[in-house]
Amino acid sequence: MPNYSYPPMENRRVIGKRITRLDGVEKSSGKAKYNSDVRPAGTIHAVGVFSPHAHARVKSVDTSAAERAPGFAAVSVVAKPGTEVNWAGQEIAFVAADTEERARDAASLIKVEYEVLPHLVREENLAKAGVRGKPAGEQVTGDPDAAFAAAGTVSHEAEYGIPVITHCCLEPHGQVVAWDGAANQIKYWPSTQTVSAVGGDLAKQLELPATNIHVHQDHIGGGFGSKFQSDVWGAEAARLSKKAGGKPVKLYLDRREELTIAGVRPSVFGKVKLSANASGELTGWDSTTWMTGGFAGGGLNADLLPYVFRNVANRRINHTAVSTNCGTSRAWRAPNHPQVCYITCAAMEDLAAKMKMDPVEFFLKNVDKTARAGTYRGQIMKAAEMIGWKKNWKPRGSSPGTVKRGLGLAVGTWGGAGHASQCRATINPDGSAVVEIGSQDLGTGTRTIIVQVAAETYGLPMNAITLKLGDNMYPASGASGGSTTVGGVSASTRKATVNALDKLFAAVAPSLGVPAEQLEAVDSKIQVKGNPAKSMAWKAACGKLGVSAIVETGANDPRNPMGLTTGGVGGCQMADVSVDVETGVVKLNKIVAVQDIGLVINPKTADSQVYGGIIMGICAALYEERVMDEMTGRFVNADMEFYKLAGAGDIGEIDVQFEITPDNDKRGVIGLGEPATVPTIAAIANAVANAIGVRPPVLPLTAKNVLNALHNTTRRLA
Amino acid sequence: MHSFEYASPATLKEALGLLGGSWSDAAVLAGGTDLITLMKEHLAEPKRVVNIKGIKELGGIAKSGGGLRIGAAATVDELLSSALVRAEYPSLLAAARGIGSPQLRHMGTVVGDLCQRPRCWYYRNGFGLLAQKNGKSLVDDGQNEFHAIFPKGAAKFVSASSFAPALIALGAKLKIASPSGVREVNVADFFKAPSSDADREIDLHPNEIVTAIHIPAAKGARNATYEVRNREGLDWPLATASVSLTMKGSSVSSAAIVLGHVGPTPVVATAAAGSLAGKTITEATAEEAGKAAVAGATPLSDNGYKVHLAAVAVKRALLAAAGKA
Repeated sequence: MPNYSYPPMENRRVIGKRITRLDGVEKSSGKAKYNSDVRPAGTIHAVGVFSPHAHARVKSVDTSAAERAPGFAAVSVVAKPGTEVNWAGQEIAFVAADTEERARDAASLIKVEYEVLPHLVREENLAKAGVRGKPAGEQVTGDPDAAFAAAGTVSHEAEYGIPVITHCCLEPHGQVVAWDGAANQIKYWPSTQTVSAVGGDLAKQLELPATNIHVHQDHIGGGFGSKFQSDVWGAEAARLSKKAGGKPVKLYLDRREELTIAGVRPSVFGKVKLSANASGELTGWDSTTWMTGGFAGGGLNADLLPYVFRNVANRRINHTAVSTNCGTSRAWRAPNHPQVCYITCAAMEDLAAKMKMDPVEFFLKNVDKTARAGTYRGQIMKAAEMIGWKKNWKPRGSSPGTVKRGLGLAVGTWGGAGHASQCRATINPDGSAVVEIGSQDLGTGTRTIIVQVAAETYGLPMNAITLKLGDNMYPASGASGGSTTVGGVSASTRKATVNALDKLFAAVAPSLGVPAEQLEAVDSKIQVKGNPAKSMAWKAACGKLGVSAIVETGANDPRNPMGLTTGGVGGCQMADVSVDVETGVVKLNKIVAVQDIGLVINPKTADSQVYGGIIMGICAALYEERVMDEMTGRFVNADMEFYKLAGAGDIGEIDVQFEITPDNDKRGVIGLGEPATVPTIAAIANAVANAIGVRPPVLPLTAKNVLNALHNTTRRLA
Repeated sequence: MHSFEYASPATLKEALGLLGGSWSDAAVLAGGTDLITLMKEHLAEPKRVVNIKGIKELGGIAKSGGGLRIGAAATVDELLSSALVRAEYPSLLAAARGIGSPQLRHMGTVVGDLCQRPRCWYYRNGFGLLAQKNGKSLVDDGQNEFHAIFPKGAAKFVSASSFAPALIALGAKLKIASPSGVREVNVADFFKAPSSDADREIDLHPNEIVTAIHIPAAKGARNATYEVRNREGLDWPLATASVSLTMKGSSVSSAAIVLGHVGPTPVVATAAAGSLAGKTITEATAEEAGKAAVAGATPLSDNGYKVHLAAVAVKRALLAAAGKA
């Protein structure tokens, strides 16, 4: 069995270095082509007709006028008469024409008659949900009521909420697709988080063999968990292409459609009661929560409450999923975690304030109730040091002046072990080295870290490796979800390249007069271990292959990752905010993140993952909210004007700290994209409550919600 | 967006000849930052688009009769880099800086800012300017956190203009040309509350072009604008106040206070301004004036917080104008 383990940390030349991402210049200069930029010759354009009603039955669809429109190419009706549509934005029909504008004109000529039915689009008031709410059974451990009643106990009861937010991908969902009907072959350029599997998903919709679909994607403009499927619009674009004689069809959602139907994160609202004994140890938890994930209803796991502090002895959980006539939820960076983190850490901060305890003390007091007490203890203390907690923290509401400063903390957890991944490594007789992998670079630096692993194995510079990814002709690799990519692709690449190098050692061993096991690859040479004098240049060594290239594969098996990857991390973040109590405007000064981590392939791209996660958390904490209007049933801010994300000036300073140590290195590679976004919302919300002296219960922390909290005019939940 | 005829005339006369008697005949294009989105959403469907950026006589920001003339084609960027504006009109500078997008400042014009349509999400989603369904207001019981706290009749949207409050406080006038001649309108009178979806919220006819803004000389009057926005990045103000103070020594001899983003037109707070006469601007008098400025507010179900913000904006604009911010 070859030895796949990485060289000791001190001997690594490429892994562990702060290498700038390989596609950075291409992307920042605009040269990078996203699939929404792909225009094969003869491309026609398709757009959709979507239900304007949140709940209706389709009575008729008349496409005849559209079919006579200038430039018309093909039409496809999705919602046949009788179909019940369950949210505004549900797909009715798609039409293709020679230009996008003419396709839109044609779409406007499609006449749809609806029987409008009653709808429900807002869930924050559970009482109004009626039968649309589906309660899960109550779960009880211990005796929470007795815990709350015990002598010396302090308890706190309050409401909390986070609205539905959207993925808001800059590159909307969609694809260019060409279906050659005669050959029954499909060329498919989707915006996808799963290059290896999305073709199969499309094939299933079209009832074709998966092998008939060729997927290619070089870059993706954001997915965050919403781009795993081929979707209705993928299948319809393909059908339109076939109807139009195989012409490539470009069908991308526009901004309003993207926000409305391409995925959202479920909300959470709830009432929490929790208690601690006089010394601050949590003794009881009782939460009644509800949420919506759209029409299907589900999507949030309340069993995760209380979050991280799982071992609270007395616990009661009630949870209701509300079915609303809204676009459906999809996985959103760290599904469940940011919401339950907020509910838990906000309630803990509120209880600490009531007990007049420093929340850092309070969290430290309770780390024994988590699965990784040592990790959290160390992280909380380190983060406190980084943000100057001792010096800067003041008891809730005691910051002076009009612009009040506050500090807050929160903790999170995530898995992040590598997914199933296969890689093919080729060493050619001319010395060129190729790595092929059916993965995708979501903008996280996947290309860069794969090349780092190969360059490390071969003892070659980064630019000696040719990487091919983003195509389903390459060996299959998992979907990029759950922060599993870095662990999966690094392990499969390591194994494939070690296997290939062993073959090369075998080919050159006779020339160097030693057994293959005594060879190593360093500085673009194959040499006898520890004896640079007995060596052969890489290119000369490859020349020994004659006419046959080495082609080896490697696979990561998640059930047996052989120490190359693992999962399970903790993280702590602290936020420093200033709140203008006259305007309610929150300004972020600084966030510090102490993030648990395994073997780090590239500290620079790792930092960027944490920056990205935190920035998404800032957006959600301060600005993001899907605003549903009950009278019209519409998502009224499905744009980037009133659906707000942070700009550069809104973000403040971000300080990231990893423990890059031999002990952590031994854990293997652990994904980082999701854990970093979990605690941000709660840390900011706690800092705001600390600054202004009251808790704005429902996010985002806009001027409206902050002022309503300050003036005690917050609307009560149900 | 439907197909349209595009014209790029070289003179104002030519441009006026290309307009029609109804809004669907022709639309005037300057920066296009609003018009193009309206056309994409089918909220404007002009048969002809008349670009006025190539008309020399409509360009530039220059001294005029002791005051300032801002041509219809002058961009927000031009205003920001104008030494004349910097010297005399900090209230306009602050309003320009509040437009937090380099692209919009570069393309958008100051006159276009006055002529843009409201951002009300019911209007932009196709429910009409007054946002009514079966004669009932969608705004009253709907999502009105950004709507008017000074609604007028059925109009509950807010004027989107960044510059109007400052221009009104400065006593600016507009020159408006039509085939039959030129008329002059106070910026304060340019804005009006519509009473039907077909009405406009500005006093402009389809065959007219606003050719320039004329601002009188500041004559030592101190002016300032304060905007409250959630974000540093591009964001609509939640409430704006612009003030202009004529001082006699350290006390106010006359004042103008205008609120923005609180009603379908900018709101001139006459009584609040009058109450400052003879007073020194202090934290207390400024706060008092802020409260007086919002005394007549009638907020909707979810925008009471804006009453508070408007009062704070007035206070802070007054303190800034008095050099005490």
